[in-house]
Amino acid sequence: MSTATAARSHRRAWAPFLPRWALYLILIVSAALMLYPIGWMIGSSLKPQDEIFTTPGVLPHTLELGNYAKGWSGVSGVTFGRFFLNSFIVAGLAVVGNVVSCSLAGYAFARLRFRFKKAAFAAMLATIMLPYHAVLIPQYIVFYQLSWIDTYLPLLVPKFLATDAFFIFLITQFMRSIPTELDEAARIDGCGTAGIYRHVLLPLSTPALVTTALFTFIWTWDDFFSQLVYLSSPSKYTVTLGLRQFLDSTGESAWGPMFSMSVLSLVPITVIFILFQRRLVEGIATTGLKG
Amino acid sequence: MSRDVAQYSRHPHNRAALLFLAPWLLGFFGLTLLPMLGSLYLSLTSYDLLTAPRWIGLHNFAQLFTADPRYIQSIKVTVIYVFVSVPLRLVLALALAMVLRRGLKAIGLFRAAFYLPSLLGGSVAIAVLWRRLFAGDGLLNLALGEFGLDGLPSWVSNPDYAVYTLVLLAVWEFGSPMIIFLAGLNQIPKDLYDAAAVDGAGRVATFFRVTIPLLTPIIFFNLIMQVIGSFKTFTPAFVVSAGTGGPADSTLFYTLYLYQQGFTFFHMGYAAAMAWVLLAVIAAITAVNFLGSRYWVFYEDVA
Repeated sequence: MSTATAARSHRRAWAPFLPRWALYLILIVSAALMLYPIGWMIGSSLKPQDEIFTTPGVLPHTLELGNYAKGWSGVSGVTFGRFFLNSFIVAGLAVVGNVVSCSLAGYAFARLRFRFKKAAFAAMLATIMLPYHAVLIPQYIVFYQLSWIDTYLPLLVPKFLATDAFFIFLITQFMRSIPTELDEAARIDGCGTAGIYRHVLLPLSTPALVTTALFTFIWTWDDFFSQLVYLSSPSKYTVTLGLRQFLDSTGESAWGPMFSMSVLSLVPITVIFILFQRRLVEGIATTGLKG
Repeated sequence: MSRDVAQYSRHPHNRAALLFLAPWLLGFFGLTLLPMLGSLYLSLTSYDLLTAPRWIGLHNFAQLFTADPRYIQSIKVTVIYVFVSVPLRLVLALALAMVLRRGLKAIGLFRAAFYLPSLLGGSVAIAVLWRRLFAGDGLLNLALGEFGLDGLPSWVSNPDYAVYTLVLLAVWEFGSPMIIFLAGLNQIPKDLYDAAAVDGAGRVATFFRVTIPLLTPIIFFNLIMQVIGSFKTFTPAFVVSAGTGGPADSTLFYTLYLYQQGFTFFHMGYAAAMAWVLLAVIAAITAVNFLGSRYWVFYEDVA
Protein backbone atom coordinates (compact mmCIF):
# COMPACT_ATOMS: atom_id res chain seq x y z
CA MET A 1 0.00 0.00 0.00
CA SER A 2 1.37 3.40 -0.89
CA THR A 3 1.88 5.96 1.84
CA ALA A 4 -0.86 8.13 0.42
CA THR A 5 -3.50 5.41 0.53
CA ALA A 6 -2.35 4.37 3.97
CA ALA A 7 -2.71 7.94 5.16
CA ARG A 8 -6.15 8.22 3.61
CA SER A 9 -7.44 4.97 5.08
CA HIS A 10 -5.89 5.97 8.35
CA ARG A 11 -7.74 9.26 8.31
CA ARG A 12 -10.96 7.44 7.48
CA ALA A 13 -10.62 5.05 10.38
CA TRP A 14 -9.96 7.99 12.65
CA ALA A 15 -12.68 10.08 11.11
CA PRO A 16 -15.12 11.46 13.66
CA PHE A 17 -18.68 10.34 14.03
CA LEU A 18 -19.51 13.99 13.40
CA PRO A 19 -18.17 16.70 11.13
CA ARG A 20 -15.41 18.96 12.43
CA TRP A 21 -17.58 21.99 13.10
CA ALA A 22 -19.90 19.88 15.25
CA LEU A 23 -16.94 18.66 17.28
CA TYR A 24 -15.80 22.22 17.86
CA LEU A 25 -19.31 23.19 18.86
CA ILE A 26 -19.46 20.34 21.39
CA LEU A 27 -16.06 21.28 22.79
CA ILE A 28 -16.83 24.97 23.09
CA VAL A 29 -20.23 24.43 24.69
CA SER A 30 -18.94 21.86 27.17
CA ALA A 31 -15.86 23.93 28.05
CA ALA A 32 -18.11 26.93 28.67
CA LEU A 33 -20.42 24.84 30.86
CA MET A 34 -17.44 23.47 32.79
CA LEU A 35 -15.96 26.88 33.48
CA TYR A 36 -19.22 28.75 33.99
CA PRO A 37 -19.50 28.00 37.74
CA ILE A 38 -15.94 29.24 38.34
CA GLY A 39 -16.57 32.35 36.23
CA TRP A 40 -19.80 33.01 38.08
CA MET A 41 -18.01 32.75 41.43
CA ILE A 42 -15.34 35.24 40.31
CA GLY A 43 -18.04 37.60 39.01
CA SER A 44 -20.12 37.20 42.16
CA SER A 45 -17.13 38.05 44.33
CA LEU A 46 -17.49 41.54 42.82
CA LYS A 47 -21.28 41.82 43.10
CA PRO A 48 -23.43 43.29 45.87
CA GLN A 49 -25.36 40.64 47.80
CA ASP A 50 -28.78 41.16 46.20
CA GLU A 51 -27.31 40.80 42.72
CA ILE A 52 -25.79 37.41 43.64
CA PHE A 53 -29.30 36.23 44.45
CA THR A 54 -30.96 37.61 41.35
CA THR A 55 -28.71 37.37 38.28
CA PRO A 56 -27.23 34.26 36.69
CA GLY A 57 -24.84 36.38 34.60
CA VAL A 58 -21.08 36.34 35.14
CA LEU A 59 -20.34 40.07 34.89
CA PRO A 60 -21.50 42.30 37.76
CA HIS A 61 -23.79 45.29 36.97
CA THR A 62 -22.58 47.20 40.02
CA LEU A 63 -18.99 46.70 41.04
CA GLU A 64 -18.65 45.93 44.76
CA LEU A 65 -14.93 45.92 45.54
CA GLY A 66 -15.71 46.16 49.25
CA ASN A 67 -16.32 42.39 49.30
CA TYR A 68 -12.59 41.79 49.23
CA ALA A 69 -11.83 44.19 52.08
CA LYS A 70 -14.68 42.76 54.14
CA GLY A 71 -13.61 39.19 53.42
CA TRP A 72 -9.94 39.86 54.12
CA SER A 73 -10.77 41.14 57.62
CA GLY A 74 -11.53 37.51 58.38
CA VAL A 75 -13.28 35.88 61.29
CA SER A 76 -12.85 35.60 65.08
CA GLY A 77 -10.43 38.53 64.98
CA VAL A 78 -8.00 36.75 62.64
CA THR A 79 -7.50 38.11 59.12
CA PHE A 80 -7.19 36.08 55.96
CA GLY A 81 -3.63 37.39 55.73
CA ARG A 82 -2.86 35.18 58.70
CA PHE A 83 -4.71 32.19 57.22
CA PHE A 84 -2.79 32.53 53.96
CA LEU A 85 0.52 32.82 55.78
CA ASN A 86 -0.30 29.68 57.79
CA SER A 87 -1.25 27.77 54.65
CA PHE A 88 1.97 28.77 52.92
CA ILE A 89 4.02 27.71 55.96
CA VAL A 90 2.30 24.33 56.22
CA ALA A 91 2.33 23.60 52.48
CA GLY A 92 5.91 24.86 52.08
CA LEU A 93 7.26 22.71 54.91
CA ALA A 94 5.28 19.72 53.65
CA VAL A 95 7.00 20.12 50.28
CA VAL A 96 10.43 20.20 51.93
CA GLY A 97 9.57 17.15 54.04
CA ASN A 98 8.31 15.07 51.12
CA VAL A 99 11.11 15.99 48.73
CA VAL A 100 13.85 15.24 51.28
CA SER A 101 12.48 12.09 52.88
CA CYS A 102 11.05 10.53 49.71
CA SER A 103 14.20 11.17 47.67
CA LEU A 104 16.37 9.60 50.42
CA ALA A 105 14.21 6.49 50.44
CA GLY A 106 13.91 6.50 46.65
CA TYR A 107 17.69 6.52 46.31
CA ALA A 108 18.05 3.56 48.68
CA PHE A 109 15.48 1.53 46.71
CA ALA A 110 16.87 2.50 43.32
CA ARG A 111 20.60 2.13 43.93
CA LEU A 112 21.63 0.45 47.18
CA ARG A 113 21.84 -3.29 47.74
CA PHE A 114 20.88 -4.28 51.27
CA ARG A 115 19.17 -7.02 53.28
CA PHE A 116 15.37 -7.23 53.19
CA LYS A 117 15.26 -4.85 50.23
CA LYS A 118 12.51 -6.78 48.43
CA ALA A 119 10.38 -7.04 51.56
CA ALA A 120 10.84 -3.35 52.37
CA PHE A 121 9.94 -2.33 48.81
CA ALA A 122 6.83 -4.52 48.84
CA ALA A 123 5.80 -3.05 52.22
CA MET A 124 6.26 0.44 50.82
CA LEU A 125 4.12 -0.35 47.76
CA ALA A 126 1.40 -1.85 49.95
CA THR A 127 0.99 1.40 51.88
CA ILE A 128 0.26 3.42 48.71
CA MET A 129 -3.34 2.22 48.54
CA LEU A 130 -3.91 2.38 52.31
CA PRO A 131 -6.73 4.77 53.24
CA TYR A 132 -5.59 7.46 55.68
CA HIS A 133 -8.55 6.67 57.94
CA ALA A 134 -7.12 3.27 58.85
CA VAL A 135 -4.31 4.95 60.81
CA LEU A 136 -6.10 8.16 61.75
CA ILE A 137 -7.50 7.27 65.19
CA PRO A 138 -4.30 5.77 66.73
CA GLN A 139 -2.21 8.55 65.16
CA TYR A 140 -4.51 11.07 66.76
CA ILE A 141 -4.17 9.34 70.13
CA VAL A 142 -0.36 9.31 69.89
CA PHE A 143 -0.23 12.99 68.89
CA TYR A 144 -2.68 13.74 71.68
CA GLN A 145 -0.40 12.03 74.23
CA LEU A 146 2.53 14.05 72.86
CA SER A 147 0.49 17.28 73.27
CA TRP A 148 0.83 17.97 69.55
CA ILE A 149 -2.88 18.72 69.05
CA ASP A 150 -3.42 22.27 67.78
CA THR A 151 0.14 22.45 66.41
CA TYR A 152 1.37 21.87 62.86
CA LEU A 153 3.44 18.85 63.93
CA PRO A 154 0.77 16.21 63.18
CA LEU A 155 0.49 17.66 59.66
CA LEU A 156 4.24 17.95 59.03
CA VAL A 157 6.05 15.14 60.86
CA PRO A 158 4.44 12.46 58.65
CA LYS A 159 5.80 14.29 55.57
CA PHE A 160 9.34 14.26 56.99
CA LEU A 161 8.92 10.53 57.64
CA ALA A 162 8.04 9.71 54.03
CA THR A 163 4.50 8.46 54.66
CA ASP A 164 3.36 9.55 51.18
CA ALA A 165 4.75 6.34 49.70
CA PHE A 166 3.52 7.19 46.24
CA PHE A 167 6.28 9.75 45.83
CA ILE A 168 8.94 7.24 46.96
CA PHE A 169 7.73 4.97 44.18
CA LEU A 170 7.76 7.82 41.66
CA ILE A 171 11.32 8.86 42.55
CA THR A 172 12.59 5.25 42.70
CA GLN A 173 11.27 4.59 39.19
CA PHE A 174 12.82 7.78 37.90
CA MET A 175 16.22 7.11 39.47
CA ARG A 176 16.26 3.59 38.04
CA SER A 177 16.13 5.11 34.57
CA ILE A 178 19.35 7.06 35.19
CA PRO A 179 22.38 5.10 33.83
CA THR A 180 24.56 3.55 36.57
CA GLU A 181 27.70 4.49 34.61
CA LEU A 182 27.29 7.96 36.09
CA ASP A 183 27.50 6.50 39.60
CA GLU A 184 30.66 4.60 38.63
CA ALA A 185 32.26 7.74 37.24
CA ALA A 186 31.45 9.66 40.41
CA ARG A 187 32.79 6.80 42.55
CA ILE A 188 36.09 6.89 40.64
CA ASP A 189 36.17 10.62 41.29
CA GLY A 190 35.98 9.84 45.00
CA CYS A 191 32.28 10.14 45.77
CA GLY A 192 30.82 7.87 48.43
CA THR A 193 27.20 6.70 48.64
CA ALA A 194 26.09 10.04 50.06
CA GLY A 195 28.11 11.97 47.47
CA ILE A 196 26.53 10.06 44.59
CA TYR A 197 23.09 10.80 45.99
CA ARG A 198 23.88 14.47 46.49
CA HIS A 199 25.89 15.23 43.35
CA VAL A 200 24.64 12.76 40.74
CA LEU A 201 21.16 11.38 41.36
CA LEU A 202 19.52 14.30 43.10
CA PRO A 203 20.28 16.86 40.37
CA LEU A 204 19.37 14.39 37.61
CA SER A 205 16.06 13.55 39.27
CA THR A 206 14.81 17.14 39.15
CA PRO A 207 11.72 16.31 37.04
CA ALA A 208 10.50 13.71 39.54
CA LEU A 209 11.31 16.01 42.46
CA VAL A 210 9.38 18.88 40.85
CA THR A 211 6.36 16.61 40.31
CA THR A 212 6.59 15.55 43.96
CA ALA A 213 6.85 19.17 45.12
CA LEU A 214 3.92 20.37 42.97
CA PHE A 215 1.48 17.67 43.99
CA THR A 216 2.52 17.88 47.65
CA PHE A 217 1.85 21.61 47.59
CA ILE A 218 -1.52 21.24 45.85
CA TRP A 219 -2.73 18.43 48.11
CA THR A 220 -1.57 20.13 51.30
CA TRP A 221 -3.06 23.46 50.25
CA ASP A 222 -6.39 21.74 49.55
CA ASP A 223 -6.24 19.39 52.52
CA PHE A 224 -9.22 19.79 54.78
CA PHE A 225 -9.72 16.58 56.72
CA SER A 226 -6.48 16.39 58.73
CA GLN A 227 -6.35 20.16 59.30
CA LEU A 228 -9.91 20.03 60.62
CA VAL A 229 -8.98 17.19 62.94
CA TYR A 230 -5.78 18.68 64.30
CA LEU A 231 -6.11 22.49 64.36
CA SER A 232 -8.50 24.20 66.76
CA SER A 233 -7.40 27.77 67.51
CA PRO A 234 -8.33 30.31 64.80
CA SER A 235 -4.88 31.96 64.84
CA LYS A 236 -3.45 28.65 63.56
CA TYR A 237 -6.14 28.09 60.94
CA THR A 238 -5.17 27.55 57.34
CA VAL A 239 -7.12 29.05 54.45
CA THR A 240 -9.42 26.02 54.12
CA LEU A 241 -10.34 26.16 57.81
CA GLY A 242 -10.68 29.95 57.64
CA LEU A 243 -13.15 29.61 54.76
CA ARG A 244 -15.18 27.05 56.60
CA GLN A 245 -15.25 29.18 59.77
CA PHE A 246 -16.23 32.22 57.74
CA LEU A 247 -19.04 30.29 56.10
CA ASP A 248 -20.34 29.07 59.47
CA SER A 249 -20.29 32.46 61.17
CA THR A 250 -21.08 35.04 58.49
CA GLY A 251 -21.05 33.34 55.11
CA GLU A 252 -24.75 32.76 54.61
CA SER A 253 -25.41 36.46 55.08
CA ALA A 254 -22.28 37.68 53.28
CA TRP A 255 -21.86 35.73 50.07
CA GLY A 256 -19.87 38.46 48.33
CA PRO A 257 -17.03 38.44 50.90
CA MET A 258 -17.33 34.65 51.14
CA PHE A 259 -16.78 34.29 47.39
CA SER A 260 -13.99 36.87 47.37
CA MET A 261 -11.92 34.80 49.81
CA SER A 262 -12.87 31.56 48.04
CA VAL A 263 -11.55 33.03 44.79
CA LEU A 264 -8.31 34.13 46.48
CA SER A 265 -7.86 30.67 48.00
CA LEU A 266 -7.82 29.19 44.50
CA VAL A 267 -5.18 31.62 43.20
CA PRO A 268 -2.01 29.72 44.29
CA ILE A 269 -3.15 26.46 42.67
CA THR A 270 -4.29 28.24 39.53
CA VAL A 271 -0.90 29.96 39.27
CA ILE A 272 0.83 26.57 39.63
CA PHE A 273 -1.51 25.24 36.96
CA ILE A 274 -0.62 28.03 34.55
CA LEU A 275 3.13 27.83 35.16
CA PHE A 276 3.50 24.05 35.33
CA GLN A 277 0.60 22.74 33.26
CA ARG A 278 2.80 20.46 31.19
CA ARG A 279 4.54 18.94 34.20
CA LEU A 280 1.20 18.34 35.97
CA VAL A 281 -0.36 16.75 32.90
CA GLU A 282 2.73 14.61 32.38
CA GLY A 283 2.71 13.57 36.04
CA ILE A 284 -0.91 12.44 35.76
CA ALA A 285 -0.51 10.81 32.36
CA THR A 286 2.60 8.78 33.21
CA THR A 287 1.87 7.81 36.79
CA GLY A 288 -1.88 8.11 37.21
CA LEU A 289 -1.53 10.64 40.03
CA LYS A 290 -4.85 12.02 41.04
CA GLY A 291 -4.90 15.64 39.89
CA MET B 1 40.50 -1.40 48.57
CA SER B 2 38.30 -3.09 51.17
CA ARG B 3 35.50 -0.94 49.84
CA ASP B 4 35.88 -2.41 46.36
CA VAL B 5 35.83 -5.92 47.75
CA ALA B 6 32.71 -5.19 49.72
CA GLN B 7 31.17 -3.93 46.52
CA TYR B 8 30.95 -7.49 45.28
CA SER B 9 29.39 -8.99 48.35
CA ARG B 10 25.63 -9.44 48.29
CA HIS B 11 24.62 -6.60 50.56
CA PRO B 12 27.35 -4.00 50.42
CA HIS B 13 25.19 -1.07 51.54
CA ASN B 14 23.43 -2.31 54.67
CA ARG B 15 24.60 0.56 56.81
CA ALA B 16 24.13 3.30 54.20
CA ALA B 17 20.66 1.96 53.38
CA LEU B 18 19.70 2.12 57.04
CA LEU B 19 20.63 5.80 57.07
CA PHE B 20 18.85 6.65 53.82
CA LEU B 21 15.77 4.70 54.83
CA ALA B 22 15.74 5.93 58.44
CA PRO B 23 12.93 8.50 57.94
CA TRP B 24 10.82 6.06 55.97
CA LEU B 25 11.42 3.22 58.46
CA LEU B 26 10.37 5.46 61.35
CA GLY B 27 7.29 6.54 59.45
CA PHE B 28 6.41 3.04 58.28
CA PHE B 29 6.60 1.45 61.72
CA GLY B 30 5.63 4.45 63.85
CA LEU B 31 2.94 6.09 61.73
CA THR B 32 1.58 3.25 59.61
CA LEU B 33 2.12 -0.32 60.85
CA LEU B 34 1.81 0.18 64.61
CA PRO B 35 -1.16 2.57 64.28
CA MET B 36 -2.90 0.02 62.05
CA LEU B 37 -2.46 -2.65 64.70
CA GLY B 38 -3.43 -0.12 67.36
CA SER B 39 -6.53 0.69 65.35
CA LEU B 40 -7.43 -3.00 65.23
CA TYR B 41 -7.05 -3.26 69.00
CA LEU B 42 -9.07 -0.08 69.60
CA SER B 43 -11.87 -1.35 67.38
CA LEU B 44 -12.41 -4.03 70.03
CA THR B 45 -12.65 -1.53 72.86
CA SER B 46 -14.70 1.36 74.11
CA TYR B 47 -12.42 4.40 74.37
CA ASP B 48 -13.16 8.09 74.88
CA LEU B 49 -9.57 9.40 75.04
CA LEU B 50 -9.85 10.31 78.74
CA THR B 51 -10.34 6.97 80.50
CA ALA B 52 -8.42 3.80 79.62
CA PRO B 53 -9.77 1.68 76.73
CA ARG B 54 -12.24 -0.97 77.88
CA TRP B 55 -12.24 -4.34 76.09
CA ILE B 56 -15.66 -5.11 74.62
CA GLY B 57 -14.80 -7.73 71.99
CA LEU B 58 -16.78 -7.53 68.77
CA HIS B 59 -19.49 -5.35 70.26
CA ASN B 60 -18.59 -2.30 68.11
CA PHE B 61 -18.99 -4.32 64.93
CA ALA B 62 -22.27 -5.85 66.12
CA GLN B 63 -23.48 -2.36 66.96
CA LEU B 64 -22.50 -1.02 63.52
CA PHE B 65 -24.39 -3.59 61.53
CA THR B 66 -27.39 -4.32 63.72
CA ALA B 67 -28.15 -1.31 65.88
CA ASP B 68 -26.96 1.83 64.13
CA PRO B 69 -29.34 3.06 61.41
CA ARG B 70 -27.14 6.12 60.75
CA TYR B 71 -24.24 3.81 59.89
CA ILE B 72 -26.38 1.83 57.44
CA GLN B 73 -27.57 5.16 56.00
CA SER B 74 -23.96 6.31 55.57
CA ILE B 75 -23.17 3.13 53.64
CA LYS B 76 -26.23 3.65 51.45
CA VAL B 77 -25.30 7.26 50.66
CA THR B 78 -21.68 6.39 49.93
CA VAL B 79 -22.59 3.46 47.68
CA ILE B 80 -25.00 5.63 45.67
CA TYR B 81 -22.35 8.32 45.37
CA VAL B 82 -19.59 5.93 44.26
CA PHE B 83 -21.62 3.82 41.85
CA VAL B 84 -23.37 6.71 40.16
CA SER B 85 -20.48 9.18 39.95
CA VAL B 86 -17.60 6.89 38.93
CA PRO B 87 -19.20 5.41 35.77
CA LEU B 88 -20.50 8.83 34.66
CA ARG B 89 -17.14 10.41 35.26
CA LEU B 90 -15.25 7.71 33.34
CA VAL B 91 -17.66 7.72 30.38
CA LEU B 92 -17.41 11.49 30.11
CA ALA B 93 -13.62 11.35 30.48
CA LEU B 94 -13.33 8.77 27.68
CA ALA B 95 -15.76 10.61 25.40
CA LEU B 96 -13.90 13.91 25.69
CA ALA B 97 -10.54 12.15 25.33
CA MET B 98 -11.79 10.58 22.07
CA VAL B 99 -12.77 14.01 20.75
CA LEU B 100 -9.59 15.71 21.95
CA ARG B 101 -7.19 13.23 20.40
CA ARG B 102 -8.50 14.01 16.96
CA GLY B 103 -5.83 16.64 16.54
CA LEU B 104 -8.15 19.62 16.41
CA LYS B 105 -6.86 23.16 16.73
CA ALA B 106 -6.49 24.73 20.19
CA ILE B 107 -6.49 21.27 21.75
CA GLY B 108 -4.26 22.49 24.59
CA LEU B 109 -6.77 25.17 25.48
CA PHE B 110 -9.66 22.70 25.64
CA ARG B 111 -7.60 20.20 27.60
CA ALA B 112 -6.77 22.93 30.12
CA ALA B 113 -10.42 23.97 30.39
CA PHE B 114 -11.50 20.39 31.12
CA TYR B 115 -8.62 19.68 33.48
CA LEU B 116 -8.80 22.80 35.66
CA PRO B 117 -12.05 21.78 37.46
CA SER B 118 -10.51 18.48 38.58
CA LEU B 119 -7.54 20.37 40.00
CA LEU B 120 -9.73 22.80 41.94
CA GLY B 121 -12.73 20.58 42.64
CA GLY B 122 -11.55 19.06 45.92
CA SER B 123 -11.12 22.43 47.61
CA VAL B 124 -13.30 24.00 50.26
CA ALA B 125 -13.82 27.01 47.96
CA ILE B 126 -15.52 24.93 45.28
CA ALA B 127 -17.61 23.11 47.89
CA VAL B 128 -18.72 26.53 49.16
CA LEU B 129 -19.61 27.50 45.60
CA TRP B 130 -21.58 24.26 45.14
CA ARG B 131 -23.68 25.02 48.19
CA ARG B 132 -24.68 28.32 46.55
CA LEU B 133 -25.15 26.91 43.03
CA PHE B 134 -27.82 24.47 44.16
CA ALA B 135 -29.54 26.55 46.82
CA GLY B 136 -33.20 27.52 46.37
CA ASP B 137 -32.18 30.96 45.12
CA GLY B 138 -28.89 29.61 43.73
CA LEU B 139 -27.36 29.88 40.30
CA LEU B 140 -29.02 26.78 38.82
CA ASN B 141 -32.52 27.93 39.69
CA LEU B 142 -31.72 31.48 38.55
CA ALA B 143 -30.51 30.14 35.19
CA LEU B 144 -33.54 27.84 34.84
CA GLY B 145 -35.72 30.79 35.79
CA GLU B 146 -34.50 32.57 32.67
CA PHE B 147 -36.17 29.76 30.72
CA GLY B 148 -39.40 30.26 32.64
CA LEU B 149 -39.01 27.43 35.14
CA ASP B 150 -40.29 28.52 38.53
CA GLY B 151 -40.98 27.01 41.93
CA LEU B 152 -37.89 24.78 41.84
CA PRO B 153 -36.70 23.26 45.11
CA SER B 154 -33.49 23.99 46.96
CA TRP B 155 -31.48 21.06 45.69
CA VAL B 156 -28.96 20.97 48.54
CA SER B 157 -31.60 21.05 51.26
CA ASN B 158 -33.86 18.41 49.74
CA PRO B 159 -33.01 14.89 51.00
CA ASP B 160 -34.03 13.39 47.64
CA TYR B 161 -31.57 15.46 45.60
CA ALA B 162 -28.75 16.57 47.91
CA VAL B 163 -26.45 13.63 47.23
CA TYR B 164 -26.85 14.09 43.46
CA THR B 165 -25.50 17.62 43.68
CA LEU B 166 -22.35 16.00 45.09
CA VAL B 167 -22.43 13.39 42.34
CA LEU B 168 -22.51 16.25 39.86
CA LEU B 169 -19.50 17.83 41.55
CA ALA B 170 -17.60 14.53 41.20
CA VAL B 171 -18.57 14.20 37.54
CA TRP B 172 -17.45 17.80 36.95
CA GLU B 173 -13.95 16.64 37.96
CA PHE B 174 -13.52 14.23 35.05
CA GLY B 175 -10.33 15.99 33.87
CA SER B 176 -7.69 13.80 35.45
CA PRO B 177 -9.03 10.44 34.20
CA MET B 178 -9.49 12.16 30.82
CA ILE B 179 -5.79 12.97 30.73
CA ILE B 180 -4.91 9.37 31.59
CA PHE B 181 -7.23 8.17 28.79
CA LEU B 182 -5.64 10.62 26.34
CA ALA B 183 -2.19 9.26 27.14
CA GLY B 184 -3.52 5.71 26.73
CA LEU B 185 -5.16 6.48 23.38
CA ASN B 186 -1.93 7.91 22.03
CA GLN B 187 -0.17 4.64 22.89
CA ILE B 188 -2.37 2.57 20.59
CA PRO B 189 -0.25 1.67 17.54
CA LYS B 190 -1.46 3.46 14.39
CA ASP B 191 -0.97 0.41 12.18
CA LEU B 192 -3.80 -1.36 14.02
CA TYR B 193 -6.14 1.34 12.75
CA ASP B 194 -4.70 0.96 9.27
CA ALA B 195 -5.23 -2.79 9.45
CA ALA B 196 -8.81 -2.31 10.63
CA ALA B 197 -9.44 0.14 7.78
CA VAL B 198 -8.00 -2.30 5.24
CA ASP B 199 -10.29 -5.00 6.63
CA GLY B 200 -13.20 -2.65 6.02
CA ALA B 201 -14.06 -1.97 9.65
CA GLY B 202 -16.37 0.98 10.17
CA ARG B 203 -15.97 3.60 12.85
CA VAL B 204 -18.16 1.88 15.40
CA ALA B 205 -16.49 -1.47 14.87
CA THR B 206 -13.05 0.14 15.08
CA PHE B 207 -13.99 1.78 18.37
CA PHE B 208 -15.33 -1.39 19.96
CA ARG B 209 -12.88 -3.88 18.41
CA VAL B 210 -9.63 -1.89 18.47
CA THR B 211 -9.79 1.13 20.75
CA ILE B 212 -11.71 -0.30 23.70
CA PRO B 213 -9.84 -3.64 23.96
CA LEU B 214 -6.46 -1.95 23.80
CA LEU B 215 -7.57 0.61 26.34
CA THR B 216 -8.84 -1.93 28.91
CA PRO B 217 -5.71 -1.75 31.12
CA ILE B 218 -6.17 2.02 31.41
CA ILE B 219 -9.92 1.69 32.00
CA PHE B 220 -9.15 -0.85 34.71
CA PHE B 221 -6.57 1.42 36.35
CA ASN B 222 -8.89 4.43 36.27
CA LEU B 223 -11.76 2.36 37.66
CA ILE B 224 -9.80 1.19 40.70
CA MET B 225 -8.31 4.59 41.46
CA GLN B 226 -11.62 6.42 41.09
CA VAL B 227 -13.60 3.93 43.18
CA ILE B 228 -11.08 4.03 46.02
CA GLY B 229 -10.84 7.82 45.83
CA SER B 230 -14.63 8.22 45.85
CA PHE B 231 -15.05 6.06 48.95
CA LYS B 232 -12.76 8.47 50.79
CA THR B 233 -14.51 11.70 49.72
CA PHE B 234 -15.08 14.03 52.65
CA THR B 235 -14.69 17.76 51.96
CA PRO B 236 -17.73 18.48 49.74
CA ALA B 237 -20.15 16.55 51.95
CA PHE B 238 -18.82 18.28 55.06
CA VAL B 239 -18.95 21.79 53.61
CA VAL B 240 -22.26 21.50 51.75
CA SER B 241 -24.02 20.07 54.82
CA ALA B 242 -22.14 22.26 57.34
CA GLY B 243 -20.67 19.13 58.92
CA THR B 244 -24.01 17.49 59.67
CA GLY B 245 -24.40 15.14 56.71
CA GLY B 246 -27.90 16.56 56.37
CA PRO B 247 -30.60 17.16 55.33
CA ALA B 248 -31.96 14.01 57.02
CA ASP B 249 -28.53 12.32 56.74
CA SER B 250 -28.83 12.33 52.95
CA THR B 251 -25.19 13.42 52.50
CA LEU B 252 -23.78 11.46 55.43
CA PHE B 253 -20.74 10.06 53.63
CA TYR B 254 -18.90 7.21 55.31
CA THR B 255 -15.87 9.34 56.17
CA LEU B 256 -18.10 12.12 57.48
CA TYR B 257 -19.85 9.74 59.87
CA LEU B 258 -16.44 8.37 60.91
CA TYR B 259 -15.32 11.93 61.64
CA GLN B 260 -18.45 12.62 63.70
CA GLN B 261 -18.04 9.44 65.74
CA GLY B 262 -14.34 10.01 66.34
CA PHE B 263 -14.04 13.75 66.75
CA THR B 264 -17.49 15.04 67.67
CA PHE B 265 -18.55 12.25 70.06
CA PHE B 266 -15.03 10.94 70.82
CA HIS B 267 -16.11 7.34 70.32
CA MET B 268 -12.57 6.37 69.36
CA GLY B 269 -13.11 2.60 69.50
CA TYR B 270 -16.24 2.85 67.39
CA ALA B 271 -14.52 5.08 64.82
CA ALA B 272 -11.58 2.65 64.67
CA ALA B 273 -14.02 -0.17 63.93
CA MET B 274 -15.51 1.93 61.11
CA ALA B 275 -12.02 2.57 59.74
CA TRP B 276 -11.28 -1.16 59.65
CA VAL B 277 -14.52 -1.92 57.83
CA LEU B 278 -13.59 0.76 55.27
CA LEU B 279 -10.12 -0.75 54.89
CA ALA B 280 -11.62 -4.23 54.41
CA VAL B 281 -14.13 -2.96 51.83
CA ILE B 282 -11.45 -1.13 49.83
CA ALA B 283 -9.18 -4.17 49.94
CA ALA B 284 -12.06 -6.44 48.87
CA ILE B 285 -13.09 -4.18 45.98
CA THR B 286 -9.51 -3.99 44.77
CA ALA B 287 -9.13 -7.78 45.01
CA VAL B 288 -12.43 -8.46 43.19
CA ASN B 289 -11.45 -5.99 40.47
CA PHE B 290 -8.10 -7.70 40.02
CA LEU B 291 -9.66 -11.15 39.87
CA GLY B 292 -12.35 -9.98 37.46
CA SER B 293 -9.82 -8.13 35.33
CA ARG B 294 -8.51 -11.46 33.97
CA TYR B 295 -11.71 -11.79 31.99
CA TRP B 296 -11.89 -8.37 30.40
CA VAL B 297 -8.53 -6.59 30.62
CA PHE B 298 -6.37 -7.17 27.59
CA TYR B 299 -2.60 -7.07 28.06
CA GLU B 300 -0.73 -6.99 24.78
CA ASP B 301 1.89 -9.72 24.35
CA VAL B 302 5.37 -8.60 23.51
CA ALA B 303 5.45 -10.37 20.16
